Amino acid sequence: MTISFDTHPSRYKHWKLSFDGEIATLAMQVDPNGGLKEGYELKLNSYDLGVDIELADAIQRVRFEHPEVKCVVVTSGTDRVFCSGANIYMLGSSTHAWKVNFCKFTNETRLYLEDASKHSGIKFLCAVNGACAGGGYELALACDEILLVDDGSSAVSLPEVPLLAVLPGTGGLTRVVDKRKVRRDLADVFCTTSEGVRGKRAVEWGLVDAIAPRSRFADAVKERAASLAKKAGDARKGAGIELDALAPEIDGGTYRYRFVTLAIDATTRVATLTMKAPTGSTPEGGDAIQAAGASQWSLRAFRELDDALLRLRIDHLDVGMLVLRTEGDAAKVVATDRALHAAKDHWLANEILRLQARVLRRLDLTSRSIFALIEKSSAFGGSLLELALASDRIYMLADDDEEVAIAVSPANAGALPMSHGLSRLEARFQREPERVQKVLATEGAITTEDANALGLVTVAPDEIDWDDDVRIAIEERASLSPDALTGMEASLRFAGPETMETKIFARLSAWQNWIFQRPNAVGPQGALTKYGQPDRAVFAWTRC
Amino acid sequence: MSLTDSIPNNVDLGSDKKLLRALEKWQPDFINWWMEMGPDGFQKDEIYLRTAISVDPKGWANYEYVKMPDYRWGIFLTPREGERDIGFGDHAGDKAWNEVPGELRSILRRIIVTQADTEPASVEQQRQLGKTAPSMYDLRNLFQVNVEEGRHLWAMVHLLHQYFGRDGREEAEALLQRRSGHPDTPRILQTFNEKTDDWLSFFMFTMFTDRDGKYQLAALSESGFDPLARATQFMLTEESFHLFTGETGVERIVQRAAELTKLDPNGDARAQGGIDLATIQKWINFWFSSAVELFGGEISSNAADYFATGLKGRFREREKYTEHKALEGVYSMVVPGEQGRLATRDVPLRNAMNEILRDEYVADCERACRKWNHVIKKSGLDVELYIPSRRFNRSMGMYAGQSFAPNGEPISKEHFESMRTKWLPTPEDREYVRSLMTAVHERGKIANWIAPPKQGVDGKPFDWEYVRFAQ
Repeated sequence: MTISFDTHPSRYKHWKLSFDGEIATLAMQVDPNGGLKEGYELKLNSYDLGVDIELADAIQRVRFEHPEVKCVVVTSGTDRVFCSGANIYMLGSSTHAWKVNFCKFTNETRLYLEDASKHSGIKFLCAVNGACAGGGYELALACDEILLVDDGSSAVSLPEVPLLAVLPGTGGLTRVVDKRKVRRDLADVFCTTSEGVRGKRAVEWGLVDAIAPRSRFADAVKERAASLAKKAGDARKGAGIELDALAPEIDGGTYRYRFVTLAIDATTRVATLTMKAPTGSTPEGGDAIQAAGASQWSLRAFRELDDALLRLRIDHLDVGMLVLRTEGDAAKVVATDRALHAAKDHWLANEILRLQARVLRRLDLTSRSIFALIEKSSAFGGSLLELALASDRIYMLADDDEEVAIAVSPANAGALPMSHGLSRLEARFQREPERVQKVLATEGAITTEDANALGLVTVAPDEIDWDDDVRIAIEERASLSPDALTGMEASLRFAGPETMETKIFARLSAWQNWIFQRPNAVGPQGALTKYGQPDRAVFAWTRC
Repeated sequence: MSLTDSIPNNVDLGSDKKLLRALEKWQPDFINWWMEMGPDGFQKDEIYLRTAISVDPKGWANYEYVKMPDYRWGIFLTPREGERDIGFGDHAGDKAWNEVPGELRSILRRIIVTQADTEPASVEQQRQLGKTAPSMYDLRNLFQVNVEEGRHLWAMVHLLHQYFGRDGREEAEALLQRRSGHPDTPRILQTFNEKTDDWLSFFMFTMFTDRDGKYQLAALSESGFDPLARATQFMLTEESFHLFTGETGVERIVQRAAELTKLDPNGDARAQGGIDLATIQKWINFWFSSAVELFGGEISSNAADYFATGLKGRFREREKYTEHKALEGVYSMVVPGEQGRLATRDVPLRNAMNEILRDEYVADCERACRKWNHVIKKSGLDVELYIPSRRFNRSMGMYAGQSFAPNGEPISKEHFESMRTKWLPTPEDREYVRSLMTAVHERGKIANWIAPPKQGVDGKPFDWEYVRFAQ
């Protein structure tokens, strides 16, 4: 089954996106029969990946197509139910890998929502107009404010532990204590109370910001949304641009986009992703960037990279090795980056930078071994150099005529941060922080020799050794345990401090994915297995 | 008067500090609720009411004139000889629980709160009906139903207070704060937010909606949580009067409809100031289809959980069934199939528990309908009423969102809409029925659209003074 991440509000099955001046409303109304796979019904506004693909699309469209929006109201179009979280039957019938990838995507979506609040002047109000459980509350937690209907029954809850013997998979536990700063003992009670907390107590504990009775709810939503819109500031933005479909050509295991090609070799279990540098004229200044719209390289190429990564993650689970290549003129990339960064006060330039940053974070968080290959035709400059810096290893060809080179741009100086807030250079040079400035101070092309001296290269084989060295390294890597590699890579990639964002992913991959494998959840007697079955879960009582 | 004197009980209330503390706070709130939301305009009158003062056969049917606010709402559990075992589910054969097992706290609380919430809800729904009662006998019966719903609330609140600590006390408070049909604080189940503002609807409610209550209570009376089993068992003895009120009420309207149809030269009961059989059928269709929703989803993980945990059994689990685990075997269910056709699907027995209970209910409703048809037949009319298919007019469960005729045949949405006014009450129908609702409060008199009952209450004649109006 091939899953497309290309969608459009006109084709949404599960959400209604509407606009009223500065306020947009995103209403969840899941089509029970609209699941991605057979075998489960999406009842009570429960979701699967298909629902979340639409949510991610909606957030992205608001950011690019509706710069006039200052507040998005996230609510439900279903009576008395806001959202009951990820569909349990879907989880129960999914492979472990699917569950992990699904959770990863939903987490990235929620973080993108928080990113819009932080960097795009779009505030999010969650208007919880009915039952709000598990992933439903996690969606609310990602918003700036939560307004809960006070009708004596609607509660917010994280029932995963008591009900399913797993953890909330989309950052719920972390956000409750880290973002909303709910007292830990109250959080303990909350996370073990399957029916959740409602009304005044939800406000007292800090689980929601305010409550309103049903008859005042619509007015309260209006008021809160208006005041959030005020908070969003009044940066003057231009007209929105339209995000066209990416529509890659798919030919067997090869996905061809305008600037990106992803080639899957199922036999060797290696994916090669090649990104092309821009050609033609560079849009200089806000107006030109605005005029260039969705077709400009900085936006288009990174949207394509995003899509390719998602397809790799979802459709090619056995392909554990991702080889990154680039083609074209590195100087062109640098020039394009410079123009974009110079215009960063323009709303669209800012939006494109945020998108690039997000896509690169998606790369950081992709559980594949990533090797970058820097060769003669490569274009690892600036924003494309970030691809190499995101890799686990960098192989750079040592050539005598110094044709092989990389280059830096403002993109490498912190504008495209990793999840823990550091630039990839800063994360790389934890032991020698002064090197960051050294690298950024370089002008023009950095040859293999210089790059090696700066600490930017893992291995620099010459032309005679290159093919064999690279082949053997890739084959060797592809032969190691994928589980161990996933853990090892995630541990090594994020040197430096923790943030809420890294905690979320670290706990997802460590705790949640561990619990997702345990017999108490997914064994023949596990709670997830037994959910909805006639007989009940039986636990092994050993504590590890 | 101390609480222990004013609350007849067999739960040793006098020496139970925890329960006393909780009830002392809750009881004044209950009385306030009763004055605010109970029968409007009749709180000062003396009503000939039955009060349960003890659990023995003599004690629970005590008739006396009483003002409703002075009614002694008691707390009774059906007495239990010795230990009892859990009768079904994963714990079948273990000793029944007399305290709430921690792991079942939330599921049990939800069951009790959901049941409890229906009790005050129906009192609220019927608040104005006294003003249009068709006879003094019916007026008294309405109030009897109301005070007993009040007592059922007490029975459930007792469980919340006794076994659920602070949570239970909060839930008990919330039961008095929700209001039927209120936009901000509605009752939990939608049926209990519907208007019941004419007597045809009242009889339909007590026939169909309260009958759901009978089956829910019966299923809970099998519970492995013994206090719940005993409380609901005692409630069932009172519930049967409510069902009697509904079933005979509809029967008396049917009988009068048939008489007036015969009487009219054009066979038009409405021309004679009555309710015609076609209108009665629409009310049946509406109320039955609304009441079957109350049983929950056809295929339900909650139902499986309730059975597995031994909290909610089948109807007469102990007498009717020999196998109490229900882990083997399937229930063959009619489900919506491709292209609007019907298909059958085998569902694991435990997941079909709601449907198994609904089967019992439907059979019971059909039995009552046969009685009504017998009355019509005796009058010489060749018309039959029917109970519609459970698939008809559903807004929850697996038949929701699709259209079915009253006989259960799948039909197009357009077809359903074109027949809506034939099958379900129209605003004009409701207006007409409301137009007949004028109070007949004089002793021995009765409204034209309903036949008198075969006998009165407590062996008294129909024209007995069931209500002594305050001067």
